[in-house]
Amino acid sequence: MSFHVKVRSFLRNLFLSRRVETDLDQEVHSHLEMLIEENFRAGMDPDQAQRAARIEMGGVDQVKEQVRDARTGAFLDSLLQGLRFSLRKLRKSPGFTAVVVVTLALGIGANTAIFSVVEGVLLKPLPYPKPEELVAVWLTAAGLNIRDLNPSPADYIISREQNRTFQDIGLYKGYSVNITGLAEPEHASGLQVTDGLLPVLGVIPILGRSFTRTDDSPGSFETVMLTYGYWQRKFGGDRSVIGKTITVDGSLRQIIGVLPWDFRFAGPDLAILLPLKLDRTKLFLGNFSYQAIARLKPGVTVAEANADVARMIPIMLRSFPPPPGYSRKMFQDGRIGPNLRTLKQDVVGDVGKVLWVLMGGIGLVLLIACANVANLLQVRAEGRQQEMAIRAALGATRGRIAGEMLFESFILALLGSVLGLGLAYAGLRALVASAPTGLPRLNEIGIDGTMVLFTLAVSLVASLLFGSIPILKYAGRRLGTGLREGGRSMSESRERHRSRSVLVVVQVALALVLLISSGLMIRTFRALTRVDPGFVAPSEVQIFRVDIPDTAVKEAERVVRTQEEILHKIEAVPGVSSVAISMSVPMDGNGWYDPVLVKDHSYAPGEIPLHRYRFVAPGYFKTLGTRLVAGRDLTWSDIYNKVPVAIVSEKLARENWHDPSDALGKQIRSNTKDDWRTVVGVVGDVHEDGMDKEASNSVYWPILEARSESNDIDVRRYVTFSIRSPRAGSESLVNEVRRAVWSVDPNLPLADIRTLDYYYKRSMARTSFTLLMLAVAGGMALLLGVVGLYGVIAYSVSQRRREIGIRMALGAEHQDLVAMFVRHALGLTGIGVACGLLAALALMRLMSSLLFGVKPFDAVTYGTVSLGLIATAALSSYLPARRAAAVNPIESLRAE
Amino acid sequence: MSQDQTNLLQGTLDLLILKSLIAGERHGLGISRRIQQITGGTFVVKPGSLFPALHRMEEEGWISSFWGESENNRRAKYYRLSKAGLNQLEVETKRWGRITWAIAQALETS
Repeated sequence: MSFHVKVRSFLRNLFLSRRVETDLDQEVHSHLEMLIEENFRAGMDPDQAQRAARIEMGGVDQVKEQVRDARTGAFLDSLLQGLRFSLRKLRKSPGFTAVVVVTLALGIGANTAIFSVVEGVLLKPLPYPKPEELVAVWLTAAGLNIRDLNPSPADYIISREQNRTFQDIGLYKGYSVNITGLAEPEHASGLQVTDGLLPVLGVIPILGRSFTRTDDSPGSFETVMLTYGYWQRKFGGDRSVIGKTITVDGSLRQIIGVLPWDFRFAGPDLAILLPLKLDRTKLFLGNFSYQAIARLKPGVTVAEANADVARMIPIMLRSFPPPPGYSRKMFQDGRIGPNLRTLKQDVVGDVGKVLWVLMGGIGLVLLIACANVANLLQVRAEGRQQEMAIRAALGATRGRIAGEMLFESFILALLGSVLGLGLAYAGLRALVASAPTGLPRLNEIGIDGTMVLFTLAVSLVASLLFGSIPILKYAGRRLGTGLREGGRSMSESRERHRSRSVLVVVQVALALVLLISSGLMIRTFRALTRVDPGFVAPSEVQIFRVDIPDTAVKEAERVVRTQEEILHKIEAVPGVSSVAISMSVPMDGNGWYDPVLVKDHSYAPGEIPLHRYRFVAPGYFKTLGTRLVAGRDLTWSDIYNKVPVAIVSEKLARENWHDPSDALGKQIRSNTKDDWRTVVGVVGDVHEDGMDKEASNSVYWPILEARSESNDIDVRRYVTFSIRSPRAGSESLVNEVRRAVWSVDPNLPLADIRTLDYYYKRSMARTSFTLLMLAVAGGMALLLGVVGLYGVIAYSVSQRRREIGIRMALGAEHQDLVAMFVRHALGLTGIGVACGLLAALALMRLMSSLLFGVKPFDAVTYGTVSLGLIATAALSSYLPARRAAAVNPIESLRAE
Repeated sequence: MSQDQTNLLQGTLDLLILKSLIAGERHGLGISRRIQQITGGTFVVKPGSLFPALHRMEEEGWISSFWGESENNRRAKYYRLSKAGLNQLEVETKRWGRITWAIAQALETS
C-alpha cells in the first residue's frame, strides 16, 4: 500500500540524517517546554514545573533513541555505527591494519586469479546454446591399441543417415589454404566442414547464409564463409562482401556468409570455412583423420549415444569397400568401437588436473595467510583484554563483544579482498600470458561478476576462519581473569601460548606440502631438460612452411625441384650453415602413425605394427643434429630416381634386428601393394611427441616416392624448411629467407614461421606452467610461514622479558637464552615438518600424473625441502631471539 | 513481550492517535491530552511511547507532519490525518470492535 512512502522515508533517514535528527531534537524540546508551561499554568512554581515535566518526559535522549529505533532502516543505522567504530579502531593501528590487509590481499588475490582460470576453463559452460547436448564423436580401436581414433567420412555418412540418438552430426577437418589475389599471397588456416556442423553448434552467420547440402554436393559451385576476424582484417567489415569471390588454393570461391565475432571454434587464427564435399559413391573405409560433433536428442545420455554408434560401426564396415591393398578383415581386426564424450570434456582434456592441483596449492596459501592474521588478531585481542573485561563488567553481552570482533575481522577481509581483486586482475594478465599454449578456452578467462562474488565469499569464509580463533579464546572469558591479568603483566601462561603455537605448526606443515610439490615439479622439469630430445640446439633452427599447390606446379618431380631450388637459395643466405626439407619437424603435432611391415617377418593375426612416419630430403638429420648411428643419409639422386630406400630410428632397428647395423639392407614397406624399400641408414631416436613421451620408433621415407601408400607417385607439396643458423628467430633472417623463397616463386606464402625451440618449449609448457605457479605459491607460503614464526618468537620474547630478566639475574648466559628461543621455534617447526610430511605423503599421489622422471615420494625432494625449511625456521627465530640477549635484567624487572 | 501482545497494544495506541486527530491537526502534547480526555483519564500516553508511534505512523503514511505555532505562540510540530490514515482508522476500529465483542463473549460464558 505505502511501499513508496516507506522507501522515501528510508532514503530520507539514510541520506538526510542530520536534518531528520535536528527535526526530532526540536520536536522533543518543544514538547518539553510545552509541558513545563502547562505545569506552570496549573500553578506550580518554575522549579517544580520543570521537575514534573522532566519526570513525565522520561529523559530527552531516551525518547530520541526510542524514536530512532522505531524508524525504518534502524538496523542499517546500527550497522553503520559498528562500521564507523571498527574503522576508527583500525585507523588507530595503521601498521597492524596494513600488514593484515596486505597478507589477506595476497592470499585472496591469488585465489581469485586461479579460480577465475578454473572457472573460465573448467566450470563455465561452452558458448553454444544447450552445450550439454553436444558430444565430440571419437572412436577407439582396441585391436590397434589406439585409444582415440578419429572418425572417418564413412562413419559420418552412416551416422548421419542411420543414427537414433543425434539431432544431427557435423564432420570437420583443419585445412590450411593459400589465399591469393587480395594483397600479398597469404597462408591462412581454414576448416572444412559439412553442412551440419554450424547448425549443430547453433551458430548463425551475422551476414549471408550457412552451408547447405547443395554446397556439400560434389560438382556444385565452390563457396566459402569468412570468420569475423578475417572479414574485418581483409575486407574492413564491408557488408557487400557477400557474393564476391576470393581465390583459395588457386580456385575461385564465392563468399556466402560471415560468422559472428564470438565464433571461436578452432583458434583465433581461423580465417575461412569451406564445405567438405564427400562423394559417397567414391568413398572407401578408413581415412580416420576427421573430427565430428553431434547434438544429442533431448534426454539422450552419452552412454546411449555410444551404444548407438557401436550399433552403426558394423553397418559402416559393410557399406563401403576397403581401400586398395587393405582387406575388410583388417578393419574388423582393428576392433573399432565408440568413444564419444561431451564436447566440454573433449575441449578441456586433462588440463583439469593441473588446475585443481594449483587451486589446492593456492588454497593452502590462503590458509597460511589466515593463520598469520589469526595470530596477529590474537596478539591484538590480548592487548585489549582489559578493555573487554571492563565492558563485560558494564553489561556488554558476550555476543555483542564477539560480534564486534567478528565485524572487525570481516572489514579487514573486505579491505583485503578489494586489494586482492586488484592484484588478481594484474596477476591474471601475467598468468594468461605465461599459460601453456595448449590451455583451452584461454580467451574465456577474466574477472567478472562471478569472480567478485567468489572473492566476497572467500573473504567471508576467511574472516570467519581467522576471526573466530581470538573470539573463542577471549570473548568468552570469565570477567575476573582479564581484569586480574591485565592489571599487571605476569610471565605468559602456557594456555595463552598454545593456540599461537598450533597456528605456527599448521603454517609450517602447509608450507612444507607446497614446497614439496614445487620441489617435485623442479625435479620433473630438470628430468625433462636432461632427456636428449634427439636434436641439438633447437633455438638455432629456424622453421617455416611452404605449400606448393598443384595450380602452381603440376608435376610431382617439378615440385621437388622447386623445393630444392628454394633450399639452395636459402643456403646462400649469410650465417646459414645448413637447410633441410621435411614434411614436419619433431613435436609440431603433425605427422602420424601408420603400419610398417618388415620383410620375412610373420605377424600375429590382428597385429599391425604402427610407426611414426616422417618424410625427409637429404640433410635433415645434419640440420637438426640427429645422430647417424649406422649407414648413410638419403641423397638427391635417391630422391629424383625414386630409389626405394628408407631410414629407420635406432629404436625401431633394435626392436626388429637387435643391432642397429644389422638393419642396413633389410626391407620394409607400408602395405602389401607397395614396393619393398631397403633400409640404408639408422639414426638416433627423437622424442617426436613431446619430451614427456617416449622416443618414437620412426621411419623416414623420401619426400618423393614411387608406388607408395597405394599411390603411383607420392610427393609432399606442403613441406617444412629447417634452417640451422645462429641468427634463427631474428626478423632479419626471416626477411632474407622470405626474399630467397620469393626469388623462386613470388606467389608462395610462408607459414608457421617459428624456431624449433618453440615446439621444444611447448612440449614442456604444461610442466613449466605448473612449476611456475607452484613455485609462486610455495614462495608465498614460505614467506608467510617465516613471517608467522618470526612474529611468534618476537612476541614471545617481548612477553617474557621479566622471565628473561630473572634468568639473567640468576646467571643465565646470553647464548643459553637465545638457544632457548631458537629451540622453542625448532620444536614447533619439527612438529610442523612431521605433520607436513604426513600430509604430503597422502597428497602427492594426486600429482603423480604431472610428474616425469621422479617418484611422488622422492626422498631427495622430501629431505632437502624439510632441511631447508628447518634451516629457514632457525634463522627466522634466531633474529628475534637475539633480542632476548639484549634485555637489561634490572630494567625489565623494574618496568611497569 | 511477545509479538502478539505488542501488536495488540500498538494497534490500540495507533487507533487512539488516529481517533484523536479526526477533529483536526494537533501537536504531540495536544494528542496526548486529547487521548487522556477521550479515555476519561484511563490512558496517559508518555512521550517515550508517543513519539516513536508518531514517527512510525508517519513513515507508514497514515499521518503527515508540519511545523506550526501553538496556542501560546510556540513553534510546535503538528500532525494531521492523511487519506490512508482515515482508511486505517476504519480498519483499526473494525478490528477493535471484533476484539471487544470476542472478549465480551468470552467473559459472558461461564
